[in-house]
Amino acid sequence: MSHYLRLSGLEPFVLTPDIPFVNVGERTNVTGSAKFKKLIVNRDFATALDVARDQVENGAQIIDINMDEGLIDSKQAMIEFLNLIASEPDIARVPIMIDSSKWEVIEAGLQCVQGKSVVNSISLKEGEEAFRHHAGLCLAYGAAVVVMAFDEQGQADTYERKTEICARAYRILVDEMGFPPEDIIFDPNVFAVATGIEEHDNYGVDFIEATRWIRENLPYCHISGGVSNLSFSFRGNEPVREAMHAVFLYHAIKAGMDMGIVNAGQLAVYDQIDPELREACEDVVLNRVPKAGGTATERMLDIADRFRGDKREEKVRDLAWREWPVEKRLGHALVNGITEFIEADTEEARQAAERPLHVIEGPLMDGMNVVGDLFGSGKMFLPQVVKSARVMKQAVAVLLPYMEEEKRLTGGEGRQTAGKVLMATVKGDVHDIGKNIVGVVLACNNYEIVDLGVMVPPQKILQVAREENVDVIGLSGLITPSLDEMVHLAAEMEREDFHIPLLIGGATTSKVHTAVKIAPRYSGPAVYVLDASRAVGVVGNLLSAANKSSYVMDIQEEYAKVAERHERSEREKLRVPLATARGNAFSIDWSDYKVEAPKFFGAKVIEDWDLAEIAEYIDWTPFFRTWELKGVYPKILDDPKQGEAARALFADAKAMLKRIIEEKWFGPRAVVGFWPANATGDDIRLYTGEDRKEELAMLHTLRQQHAKRAGKPNVALSDFVAPVGGPADYVGGFVVTAGPEEVEIAKRFDREHDNYSSILVKALADRYAEAMAEMLHERVRRDYWGYGADETFSPEELIGEPYRGIRPAPGYPAQPDHTEKVTLFNLLDAEAATGVELTESMAMWPGSSVSGLYLGHPDSYYFGVAKVERDQVADYAARKGMEIEEAERWLAPILNYTPTGVAAPKGEVA
Amino acid sequence: MINFSLPDAPCLAPLRKLAAERIIILDGAMGTMVQTFGLSEDDFQGDGSYDLKSNHPQQGNNDLLSLTQPKVIEDIHYSFAMAGADIMETNTFSSTTIAQADYGLEHAVHDLNVAGAQVARRAAERAEAEDGRKRYVAGAVGPTNRTASISPDVNDPGYRAVSFNDLRVAYGEQIKGLIAGGADLILIETIFDTLNAKAAIFASFEAFAETGVRLPVMISGTITDASGRTLSGQTPTAFWHSVMHARPFSVGLNCALGAAAMRPHIAELASVSSSLICAYPNAGLPNAFGQYDETPEQTAAQVGEFAREGLVNVVGGCCGTTPDHIAAIADAVASYAPREISA
Repeated sequence: MSHYLRLSGLEPFVLTPDIPFVNVGERTNVTGSAKFKKLIVNRDFATALDVARDQVENGAQIIDINMDEGLIDSKQAMIEFLNLIASEPDIARVPIMIDSSKWEVIEAGLQCVQGKSVVNSISLKEGEEAFRHHAGLCLAYGAAVVVMAFDEQGQADTYERKTEICARAYRILVDEMGFPPEDIIFDPNVFAVATGIEEHDNYGVDFIEATRWIRENLPYCHISGGVSNLSFSFRGNEPVREAMHAVFLYHAIKAGMDMGIVNAGQLAVYDQIDPELREACEDVVLNRVPKAGGTATERMLDIADRFRGDKREEKVRDLAWREWPVEKRLGHALVNGITEFIEADTEEARQAAERPLHVIEGPLMDGMNVVGDLFGSGKMFLPQVVKSARVMKQAVAVLLPYMEEEKRLTGGEGRQTAGKVLMATVKGDVHDIGKNIVGVVLACNNYEIVDLGVMVPPQKILQVAREENVDVIGLSGLITPSLDEMVHLAAEMEREDFHIPLLIGGATTSKVHTAVKIAPRYSGPAVYVLDASRAVGVVGNLLSAANKSSYVMDIQEEYAKVAERHERSEREKLRVPLATARGNAFSIDWSDYKVEAPKFFGAKVIEDWDLAEIAEYIDWTPFFRTWELKGVYPKILDDPKQGEAARALFADAKAMLKRIIEEKWFGPRAVVGFWPANATGDDIRLYTGEDRKEELAMLHTLRQQHAKRAGKPNVALSDFVAPVGGPADYVGGFVVTAGPEEVEIAKRFDREHDNYSSILVKALADRYAEAMAEMLHERVRRDYWGYGADETFSPEELIGEPYRGIRPAPGYPAQPDHTEKVTLFNLLDAEAATGVELTESMAMWPGSSVSGLYLGHPDSYYFGVAKVERDQVADYAARKGMEIEEAERWLAPILNYTPTGVAAPKGEVA
Repeated sequence: MINFSLPDAPCLAPLRKLAAERIIILDGAMGTMVQTFGLSEDDFQGDGSYDLKSNHPQQGNNDLLSLTQPKVIEDIHYSFAMAGADIMETNTFSSTTIAQADYGLEHAVHDLNVAGAQVARRAAERAEAEDGRKRYVAGAVGPTNRTASISPDVNDPGYRAVSFNDLRVAYGEQIKGLIAGGADLILIETIFDTLNAKAAIFASFEAFAETGVRLPVMISGTITDASGRTLSGQTPTAFWHSVMHARPFSVGLNCALGAAAMRPHIAELASVSSSLICAYPNAGLPNAFGQYDETPEQTAAQVGEFAREGLVNVVGGCCGTTPDHIAAIADAVASYAPREISA
């Protein structure tokens, strides 16, 4: 570890060699600033804090705080001011220099700062014992220390005395006590020069030379000094004083002075000082004989008046935001915790608003929401949020009388507060910091807080809630058992017929727990509050006459969804054994079931396709989705955001459709077939004939295996077909395609660099295939199979699938196994009949093709098999006569386990 | 009077040696382990052999179990020791007059700390007898439930619910009790307000001066905000600067958001501190029902990553970590060298 001085406020400060000089802000020193002294004597701490803040904004890296004033209780003032600073993150970010000539004031200050501060100062004035005692306490509190060159004989004024005392102090601190030398800052005393007294003339030189010796001989320590003493005799002539300070620092810093108590906002730049003035300054600081003759002091007095000039203005803060509109200003003040203008700004906003309440519900709440977002994303930290809440309080205080007046005029009760909130940490839990913060933030927003503290039994919470007639109960808890206490209290509130909102907060609480465990136990609103910054918004809405009902409804709806999602996700993780799933199959009473036999068995090619007729069956909604326009046709055409794009696209599609039909771009083909069939276990056996003796083929299906709520079955497609030995049943199959022509047409557009038309024609070909499937299904129901001969749905109505029976496709959720297409294609001799081929990965080519089974039972429905377990995959592979590894490869996206032996092939795991 | 030239406790030398050889293993969570026993109010009250002299309900006052259910606590310590922990934290997180005030047990604080240290010591000795490996007892000093640098009263930001001196006195009683019970180290942990920790450091200096021996001090903060700061607003480096005067045996972080969220802050401390670095995260974030879901393997993988990157010297677990977690963590860091300390 390098021997650097390390300090901290909320943020660290390290005095590294690349920092030539540390500015210690001096304006919060009652002995150095008449203005600050007046503020402290008058107990105007708010303005006094502004002085501290200004210094930090002006670049002070450390702020010196001194309350040594005879008229006040210095110790109490130090404690109060340091505690207040701790609540101002923009000040507290820098380290504090605790400055007093009284040790008890310093020690009181040390007990108020969490950072590593600097004690200013200790010395050998009262002898070695007191010096050791104070230094030991600095070690125990963890503070760096300023050591004045002062001993039993008095303050060191010469080079010899300064160096001798500092060397002695260093030896005691470092060699005897083990004080870290880098934590020692010597102050070799800056005295006034150019006083007219000859003995004072060398004070500047003595300081500078002592500094040089100390830095060379006492390793790692630092040098500081109160620079303004130097120019004491030129009080009232600020330009001259600033020039003297700048010149002095220029030389002292070169000698090794690396810290100083200076007004960071008032320091001339050495190079920019008038050369004549600069030379006069150098003469007095360095005790030189002026070139012009006489003494340096005389020379300085001669020219000083000429440079008196106007009092220089203090560096102005960046107040550009003051030009912004009032709403933005309020937001800025809230986010940055600025109280200075909040009252005037709030008043301005009030005058512009229809009602004072609108200022709160509008710009102020907006600002607090920004604060909440920043806190949530880690861009603000807690003390800053509390600060914002305080600004909010001031703003609300401005509005309050107007709101009272409004209430009085409208005959309201004139209630003092926005509402009464009972807060408690539940029984068995003692953590209350978060609860207190919520209390603070709510109190800032004019809520009355009834805080019952920690470990509060439920009876007491309810009793006080009644007695005090509170509007809201807020519960807090940090440990896990507190969650059950909260559930219990919710049930008790229900039992005792409470209706007021119940807020839930604390580290282990969550929206899910509130939604799943608490909200169902209480019919009033039970609301989870993420953190303190959200409390105001939640309570505000819950107590707002205008917003409450819709807010509560939204919350309840959201929680219902959260609870449902939670239950589903919990269920989804669980899988039941295959045997159990089969025991919970979808059960159909087959005893009276009778279904018409299809008009034919085996495959039949359908050739009489009319492109114009198919077009009527097109479902346009998925077409728009292809183009990432999400909405339902035809409503999407009037959508405020997407409508324009959707209309343009639709016009182009219609134009191309017209050409497709007129110029017969597509050559649609289809094949359909029916077979006598009965289910056997999870499979469906197809027979060669109605006598059902000879097996033609076996269709394999997969069964849902997730743990189901009571009454919900674990379905497989085979459940929808009458079992072997039951009534005669049938299954159909089909393949349709818009034809291979689309491939060529798209290529042609591509060659013409018309990608848009290329995509358009493919999208339309897809729609054609889907429309054909819909149209063919209708024909199957009404004619080929005929169980729906009376059906009279229009093409638009068919989109909602209101009809009897389903047409599940292999590779889709109800049967995720693509290899089942092989069986289907063989049965239909589909490749020969339609030109559709199966690729290696079981995809259909051309792409604008659809295949599937027909199942006719009225209770059949589409479902998702979802993830399956190893036992089913083993069983399924055996039934298919497939190696288990191969089955796992095809079923990879739906495996609820990681296959052993071989890793799942890349790209196949969903 | 504070004395800075005290002899170091005899355990410091072997601990330093151990730290030079390998990553030291701290134990896991006491609170969440106790919760698994589902103890009732009667269990907390005990069989009357310890007179509580309080009619407050005691369920949830885990520290009391060192007196009323010492076997439960000893067995938890023992199972952590056998899982591989070198250092066991006493069951004294809330054994200060300030934290015990909620249970009306301020008068029992000395007994709680003595018993807390003794019960951990018994488990340590049992484990040593079993496998011959030395175990150390760290007296755990929690944050209390008050903050010395944050006002709980909005109307008075200068107000403090607890003063430095209140804390110093309360911590002093606790630390003296821990030393009397035989603690080898003092562990000031779960620090959310650094001023509280500074009072504890001050109190430990005073206690050491009184007993004439300086125990190694471990310091562990907690970062709960997404902003990466302590509750009282300090950055990790600012926190280190504030506590470095304790010249701690180790400094680090515990609890809070789990190992993944802790990593950047541990890395920051490791880059600025000359002390050993200690990390004992929770088993992830609590789930919707307040339970910690991370499996031993998951937590260990992340803590193992700290070790692989050379960030740590002492590792263990906080809320939700079980003996299985500690065993997995010990296993995960075994092959990595401890972080090197630049002199």
